[in-house]
Amino acid sequence: MKSLRFLIPLAVFLVLAAFLARGLKLDPREVPSPLIGKPAPGFALTRLDNAGSTLRREDLLGRVWILNVWASWCGACRDEHPLLVEFSRRKIVPVYGLNYKDERPDGMAWLARFGNPYEASLFDHDGRVGIDYGVYGVPETFIIDKQGTVRMKHIGPLTPEVIQTRIEPLLKELNNG
Amino acid sequence: MADAALQILAVPRRWAALLALCLPAMCLPVLAKEAAPAAEDPAIEARMLSITTELRCLVCQNQTIADSHAGLAVDLRKQVREMIQRGESDRQIIDYMTARYGDFVLYRPPLKGTTAALWFGPAALLVAGVVVLGLTLRRRSRMRPEQFEPEAPEEPKQGTGSHA
Repeated sequence: MKSLRFLIPLAVFLVLAAFLARGLKLDPREVPSPLIGKPAPGFALTRLDNAGSTLRREDLLGRVWILNVWASWCGACRDEHPLLVEFSRRKIVPVYGLNYKDERPDGMAWLARFGNPYEASLFDHDGRVGIDYGVYGVPETFIIDKQGTVRMKHIGPLTPEVIQTRIEPLLKELNNG
Repeated sequence: MADAALQILAVPRRWAALLALCLPAMCLPVLAKEAAPAAEDPAIEARMLSITTELRCLVCQNQTIADSHAGLAVDLRKQVREMIQRGESDRQIIDYMTARYGDFVLYRPPLKGTTAALWFGPAALLVAGVVVLGLTLRRRSRMRPEQFEPEAPEEPKQGTGSHA
Protein backbone atom coordinates (compact mmCIF):
# COMPACT_ATOMS: atom_id res chain seq x y z
CA MET A 1 0.00 0.00 0.00
CA LYS A 2 2.66 2.39 1.05
CA SER A 3 4.70 1.64 -2.03
CA LEU A 4 1.87 2.86 -4.23
CA ARG A 5 1.71 6.29 -2.64
CA PHE A 6 3.90 7.80 -5.28
CA LEU A 7 0.99 7.16 -7.69
CA ILE A 8 -1.29 9.66 -5.94
CA PRO A 9 0.02 12.75 -7.77
CA LEU A 10 -0.28 10.83 -11.03
CA ALA A 11 -3.90 9.97 -10.25
CA VAL A 12 -4.66 13.59 -9.36
CA PHE A 13 -3.04 14.67 -12.60
CA LEU A 14 -5.08 12.19 -14.64
CA VAL A 15 -8.36 13.36 -13.10
CA LEU A 16 -7.44 16.97 -13.77
CA ALA A 17 -6.37 16.16 -17.32
CA ALA A 18 -9.66 14.36 -17.94
CA PHE A 19 -11.63 17.41 -16.82
CA LEU A 20 -9.51 19.76 -18.93
CA ALA A 21 -9.76 17.51 -21.99
CA ARG A 22 -13.54 17.49 -21.65
CA GLY A 23 -13.48 21.26 -21.26
CA LEU A 24 -11.54 21.64 -24.50
CA LYS A 25 -14.23 19.78 -26.42
CA LEU A 26 -17.15 21.76 -24.99
CA ASP A 27 -18.19 24.73 -27.08
CA PRO A 28 -19.54 27.48 -24.83
CA ARG A 29 -21.36 28.93 -27.85
CA GLU A 30 -23.52 25.81 -28.03
CA VAL A 31 -25.99 26.46 -25.27
CA PRO A 32 -28.25 23.44 -24.82
CA SER A 33 -31.78 24.51 -25.61
CA PRO A 34 -34.36 23.95 -22.88
CA LEU A 35 -36.92 23.64 -25.69
CA ILE A 36 -35.89 20.12 -26.75
CA GLY A 37 -38.76 17.75 -26.00
CA LYS A 38 -41.12 20.64 -25.30
CA PRO A 39 -43.94 21.94 -27.48
CA ALA A 40 -42.71 24.44 -30.07
CA PRO A 41 -43.72 27.95 -28.98
CA GLY A 42 -46.82 29.27 -30.70
CA PHE A 43 -46.68 31.98 -33.33
CA ALA A 44 -48.88 33.83 -35.77
CA LEU A 45 -46.72 35.59 -38.33
CA THR A 46 -47.28 36.90 -41.82
CA ARG A 47 -45.44 35.40 -44.74
CA LEU A 48 -42.37 37.26 -45.89
CA ASP A 49 -43.72 37.41 -49.45
CA ASN A 50 -47.30 38.22 -48.49
CA ALA A 51 -48.16 40.55 -45.64
CA GLY A 52 -51.82 39.56 -45.95
CA SER A 53 -51.36 35.85 -45.25
CA THR A 54 -50.75 34.60 -41.70
CA LEU A 55 -49.16 31.30 -40.71
CA ARG A 56 -49.65 29.72 -37.28
CA ARG A 57 -48.00 26.90 -35.43
CA GLU A 58 -51.28 24.95 -35.62
CA ASP A 59 -51.21 25.09 -39.44
CA LEU A 60 -48.08 22.94 -39.41
CA LEU A 61 -49.21 20.22 -36.98
CA GLY A 62 -49.41 16.69 -38.33
CA ARG A 63 -46.14 16.73 -40.23
CA VAL A 64 -42.47 16.87 -39.50
CA TRP A 65 -40.93 20.19 -40.48
CA ILE A 66 -37.76 22.21 -40.22
CA LEU A 67 -37.63 25.78 -39.01
CA ASN A 68 -34.54 27.62 -40.20
CA VAL A 69 -33.85 31.05 -38.71
CA TRP A 70 -32.20 33.38 -41.21
CA ALA A 71 -31.78 37.03 -42.11
CA SER A 72 -30.41 38.96 -45.06
CA TRP A 73 -27.92 40.70 -42.75
CA CYS A 74 -26.51 37.38 -41.54
CA GLY A 75 -23.26 36.34 -43.20
CA ALA A 76 -23.20 32.77 -41.90
CA CYS A 77 -26.69 32.25 -43.37
CA ARG A 78 -25.18 32.70 -46.81
CA ASP A 79 -22.64 29.98 -46.03
CA GLU A 80 -25.26 27.39 -45.17
CA HIS A 81 -27.75 28.47 -47.83
CA PRO A 82 -26.58 26.24 -50.71
CA LEU A 83 -26.95 23.24 -48.37
CA LEU A 84 -30.52 24.21 -47.56
CA VAL A 85 -31.39 24.76 -51.22
CA GLU A 86 -29.99 21.32 -52.02
CA PHE A 87 -31.76 19.76 -49.04
CA SER A 88 -35.15 21.22 -49.94
CA ARG A 89 -34.87 19.85 -53.49
CA ARG A 90 -34.88 16.34 -52.04
CA LYS A 91 -38.30 17.01 -50.50
CA ILE A 92 -37.75 14.96 -47.36
CA VAL A 93 -39.65 17.40 -45.14
CA PRO A 94 -40.80 20.99 -45.70
CA VAL A 95 -38.38 23.71 -44.62
CA TYR A 96 -39.89 26.89 -43.23
CA GLY A 97 -37.85 30.02 -42.73
CA LEU A 98 -38.02 32.44 -39.84
CA ASN A 99 -36.89 35.73 -41.30
CA TYR A 100 -35.46 37.23 -38.12
CA LYS A 101 -35.29 40.99 -37.54
CA ASP A 102 -35.14 41.79 -41.22
CA GLU A 103 -36.88 44.10 -43.66
CA ARG A 104 -39.31 42.60 -46.16
CA PRO A 105 -37.63 43.97 -49.32
CA ASP A 106 -34.17 42.95 -48.08
CA GLY A 107 -35.28 39.41 -47.26
CA MET A 108 -37.09 38.96 -50.58
CA ALA A 109 -34.12 40.30 -52.54
CA TRP A 110 -31.80 37.94 -50.66
CA LEU A 111 -33.96 34.92 -51.55
CA ALA A 112 -34.25 36.05 -55.17
CA ARG A 113 -30.47 36.25 -55.36
CA PHE A 114 -29.41 33.11 -53.50
CA GLY A 115 -32.40 30.82 -54.13
CA ASN A 116 -35.44 30.06 -51.99
CA PRO A 117 -35.44 26.69 -50.22
CA TYR A 118 -38.40 27.63 -48.02
CA GLU A 119 -41.98 26.46 -48.24
CA ALA A 120 -42.63 29.88 -46.74
CA SER A 121 -40.72 32.33 -44.61
CA LEU A 122 -42.31 33.76 -41.50
CA PHE A 123 -41.67 37.46 -41.13
CA ASP A 124 -40.46 38.12 -37.55
CA HIS A 125 -39.69 41.81 -37.84
CA ASP A 126 -39.29 42.64 -34.15
CA GLY A 127 -37.72 39.30 -33.21
CA ARG A 128 -40.44 38.34 -30.70
CA VAL A 129 -40.91 34.83 -32.04
CA GLY A 130 -37.13 34.56 -32.16
CA ILE A 131 -37.01 35.29 -28.41
CA ASP A 132 -39.70 32.66 -27.78
CA TYR A 133 -37.57 30.12 -29.63
CA GLY A 134 -34.48 31.16 -27.67
CA VAL A 135 -32.71 32.35 -30.81
CA TYR A 136 -29.39 34.04 -30.07
CA GLY A 137 -27.09 33.16 -32.93
CA VAL A 138 -28.51 33.23 -36.44
CA PRO A 139 -28.61 30.92 -38.32
CA GLU A 140 -30.37 28.36 -36.15
CA THR A 141 -32.29 25.28 -37.23
CA PHE A 142 -35.07 23.47 -35.38
CA ILE A 143 -36.67 20.13 -36.16
CA ILE A 144 -40.30 19.88 -35.08
CA ASP A 145 -42.27 16.64 -35.12
CA LYS A 146 -45.86 15.84 -36.05
CA GLN A 147 -47.12 16.64 -32.56
CA GLY A 148 -45.47 20.05 -32.65
CA THR A 149 -42.63 19.09 -30.29
CA VAL A 150 -39.13 20.48 -30.78
CA ARG A 151 -36.83 17.49 -31.33
CA MET A 152 -33.54 19.08 -32.25
CA LYS A 153 -31.86 22.43 -32.43
CA HIS A 154 -28.71 23.31 -34.29
CA ILE A 155 -26.99 26.61 -33.61
CA GLY A 156 -24.87 28.19 -36.31
CA PRO A 157 -24.57 27.28 -39.98
CA LEU A 158 -25.51 23.77 -41.06
CA THR A 159 -22.77 21.56 -42.40
CA PRO A 160 -22.99 18.47 -44.61
CA GLU A 161 -21.94 16.37 -41.58
CA VAL A 162 -24.72 17.73 -39.38
CA ILE A 163 -27.29 17.09 -42.09
CA GLN A 164 -26.02 13.57 -42.76
CA THR A 165 -25.28 12.35 -39.26
CA ARG A 166 -27.88 14.14 -37.15
CA ILE A 167 -30.72 15.58 -39.19
CA GLU A 168 -31.40 12.88 -41.77
CA PRO A 169 -31.49 9.94 -39.31
CA LEU A 170 -33.81 11.91 -37.01
CA LEU A 171 -36.12 12.85 -39.88
CA LYS A 172 -36.30 9.25 -40.99
CA GLU A 173 -37.24 8.16 -37.49
CA LEU A 174 -39.82 10.93 -37.09
CA ASN A 175 -41.38 10.41 -40.50
CA ASN A 176 -41.91 6.72 -39.74
CA GLY A 177 -43.28 7.40 -36.28
CA MET B 1 -4.60 75.45 -26.32
CA ALA B 2 -0.85 75.65 -26.01
CA ASP B 3 -1.21 76.82 -22.45
CA ALA B 4 -3.40 73.87 -21.59
CA ALA B 5 -0.89 71.48 -23.09
CA LEU B 6 1.88 73.07 -21.07
CA GLN B 7 -0.18 72.79 -17.94
CA ILE B 8 -0.75 69.10 -18.52
CA LEU B 9 2.94 68.60 -19.04
CA ALA B 10 3.59 70.50 -15.85
CA VAL B 11 1.52 68.10 -13.75
CA PRO B 12 3.93 66.36 -11.38
CA ARG B 13 4.43 62.69 -11.94
CA ARG B 14 2.66 61.75 -8.70
CA TRP B 15 -0.46 63.53 -9.81
CA ALA B 16 -0.30 61.97 -13.25
CA ALA B 17 -0.21 58.52 -11.68
CA LEU B 18 -3.16 59.37 -9.48
CA LEU B 19 -5.05 60.67 -12.49
CA ALA B 20 -4.32 57.48 -14.41
CA LEU B 21 -5.75 55.48 -11.51
CA CYS B 22 -8.91 57.59 -11.43
CA LEU B 23 -9.55 57.50 -15.17
CA PRO B 24 -11.20 54.04 -15.33
CA ALA B 25 -13.40 54.99 -12.41
CA MET B 26 -14.45 58.10 -14.26
CA CYS B 27 -15.31 56.11 -17.39
CA LEU B 28 -17.47 53.49 -15.68
CA PRO B 29 -20.54 55.57 -14.89
CA VAL B 30 -20.48 56.90 -18.46
CA LEU B 31 -20.57 53.36 -19.89
CA ALA B 32 -23.34 52.31 -17.56
CA LYS B 33 -25.45 55.21 -18.61
CA GLU B 34 -24.91 54.48 -22.27
CA ALA B 35 -26.10 50.88 -21.95
CA ALA B 36 -29.45 51.80 -20.46
CA PRO B 37 -31.42 54.42 -22.34
CA ALA B 38 -33.35 56.60 -19.95
CA ALA B 39 -36.90 55.32 -19.64
CA GLU B 40 -39.83 57.34 -18.44
CA ASP B 41 -39.96 55.65 -15.06
CA PRO B 42 -36.69 55.48 -13.11
CA ALA B 43 -38.14 52.86 -10.73
CA ILE B 44 -38.90 50.48 -13.61
CA GLU B 45 -35.49 51.20 -15.09
CA ALA B 46 -33.78 50.41 -11.79
CA ARG B 47 -35.64 47.11 -11.40
CA MET B 48 -35.00 46.21 -15.03
CA LEU B 49 -31.27 46.81 -14.49
CA SER B 50 -31.18 44.80 -11.26
CA ILE B 51 -32.79 41.83 -13.05
CA THR B 52 -30.75 42.03 -16.22
CA THR B 53 -27.41 42.27 -14.39
CA GLU B 54 -28.19 38.70 -13.19
CA LEU B 55 -28.66 37.50 -16.77
CA ARG B 56 -25.99 36.49 -19.24
CA CYS B 57 -26.06 37.92 -22.73
CA LEU B 58 -25.94 34.90 -25.03
CA VAL B 59 -24.43 36.74 -27.97
CA CYS B 60 -21.46 38.17 -26.06
CA GLN B 61 -21.21 35.59 -23.35
CA ASN B 62 -19.18 37.34 -20.71
CA GLN B 63 -21.40 40.38 -20.49
CA THR B 64 -24.68 40.78 -18.71
CA ILE B 65 -27.83 41.67 -20.58
CA ALA B 66 -27.77 44.95 -18.66
CA ASP B 67 -24.50 46.15 -20.14
CA SER B 68 -24.39 44.53 -23.56
CA HIS B 69 -24.96 46.46 -26.77
CA ALA B 70 -25.90 43.37 -28.77
CA GLY B 71 -29.22 43.62 -30.57
CA LEU B 72 -30.63 40.68 -28.64
CA ALA B 73 -29.68 42.24 -25.30
CA VAL B 74 -31.45 45.45 -26.29
CA ASP B 75 -34.56 43.43 -27.19
CA LEU B 76 -34.43 41.48 -23.95
CA ARG B 77 -34.09 44.65 -21.86
CA LYS B 78 -37.17 45.96 -23.67
CA GLN B 79 -38.95 42.69 -22.94
CA VAL B 80 -38.05 42.87 -19.23
CA ARG B 81 -39.21 46.49 -19.07
CA GLU B 82 -42.56 45.52 -20.56
CA MET B 83 -42.98 42.59 -18.20
CA ILE B 84 -42.32 44.87 -15.23
CA GLN B 85 -44.91 47.31 -16.54
CA ARG B 86 -47.38 44.43 -16.75
CA GLY B 87 -46.74 43.84 -13.06
CA GLU B 88 -44.92 40.53 -13.33
CA SER B 89 -42.65 39.44 -10.48
CA ASP B 90 -38.87 39.04 -10.70
CA ARG B 91 -39.41 35.28 -10.40
CA GLN B 92 -41.75 35.25 -13.41
CA ILE B 93 -39.28 37.25 -15.49
CA ILE B 94 -36.35 34.97 -14.60
CA ASP B 95 -38.52 31.92 -15.39
CA TYR B 96 -39.44 33.47 -18.75
CA MET B 97 -35.74 33.77 -19.59
CA THR B 98 -34.71 30.29 -18.42
CA ALA B 99 -37.63 28.72 -20.31
CA ARG B 100 -36.12 30.12 -23.50
CA TYR B 101 -32.37 30.13 -22.97
CA GLY B 102 -31.88 27.59 -20.17
CA ASP B 103 -30.01 27.91 -16.88
CA PHE B 104 -27.05 29.18 -18.85
CA VAL B 105 -28.51 32.72 -18.82
CA LEU B 106 -28.31 32.80 -15.04
CA TYR B 107 -25.09 34.13 -13.56
CA ARG B 108 -26.14 32.34 -10.35
CA PRO B 109 -26.99 28.82 -11.49
CA PRO B 110 -29.75 27.08 -9.52
CA LEU B 111 -28.86 24.30 -7.09
CA LYS B 112 -29.81 20.94 -8.56
CA GLY B 113 -28.36 17.52 -9.36
CA THR B 114 -26.40 18.62 -12.42
CA THR B 115 -24.95 21.70 -10.71
CA ALA B 116 -24.10 20.11 -7.33
CA ALA B 117 -20.42 19.67 -8.29
CA LEU B 118 -20.29 23.32 -9.28
CA TRP B 119 -21.72 24.48 -5.96
CA PHE B 120 -20.01 22.07 -3.58
CA GLY B 121 -16.91 21.01 -5.52
CA PRO B 122 -14.61 23.84 -4.36
CA ALA B 123 -15.71 23.50 -0.72
CA ALA B 124 -15.26 19.70 -0.86
CA LEU B 125 -11.75 20.13 -2.29
CA LEU B 126 -10.91 22.61 0.46
CA VAL B 127 -12.18 20.27 3.20
CA ALA B 128 -10.25 17.36 1.67
CA GLY B 129 -7.10 19.47 1.60
CA VAL B 130 -7.51 20.53 5.22
CA VAL B 131 -8.11 16.90 6.30
CA VAL B 132 -4.98 15.68 4.49
CA LEU B 133 -2.95 18.52 5.97
CA GLY B 134 -4.29 17.79 9.49
CA LEU B 135 -3.56 14.07 9.25
CA THR B 136 -0.05 14.69 7.97
CA LEU B 137 0.74 17.19 10.70
CA ARG B 138 -0.64 14.92 13.40
CA ARG B 139 1.37 11.95 12.22
CA ARG B 140 4.51 14.04 12.14
CA SER B 141 3.96 15.46 15.60
CA ARG B 142 3.79 11.91 16.96
CA MET B 143 7.01 10.80 15.33
CA ARG B 144 10.07 10.57 17.52
CA PRO B 145 12.97 12.79 16.49
CA GLU B 146 15.08 9.78 15.38
CA GLN B 147 12.44 8.86 12.81
CA PHE B 148 13.12 11.98 10.82
CA GLU B 149 15.85 11.81 8.30
CA PRO B 150 18.92 13.23 9.91
CA GLU B 151 20.06 16.47 8.43
CA ALA B 152 22.79 15.93 5.95
CA PRO B 153 26.05 16.53 7.74
CA GLU B 154 28.12 19.27 6.25
CA GLU B 155 30.68 17.48 4.22
CA PRO B 156 34.11 18.93 4.18
CA LYS B 157 34.89 20.22 0.75
CA GLN B 158 37.11 17.89 -1.11
CA GLY B 159 39.62 18.54 -3.76
CA THR B 160 39.98 22.21 -3.07
CA GLY B 161 41.53 21.88 0.37
CA SER B 162 45.05 22.97 1.05
CA HIS B 163 45.97 19.45 2.26
CA ALA B 164 45.69 17.92 -1.19
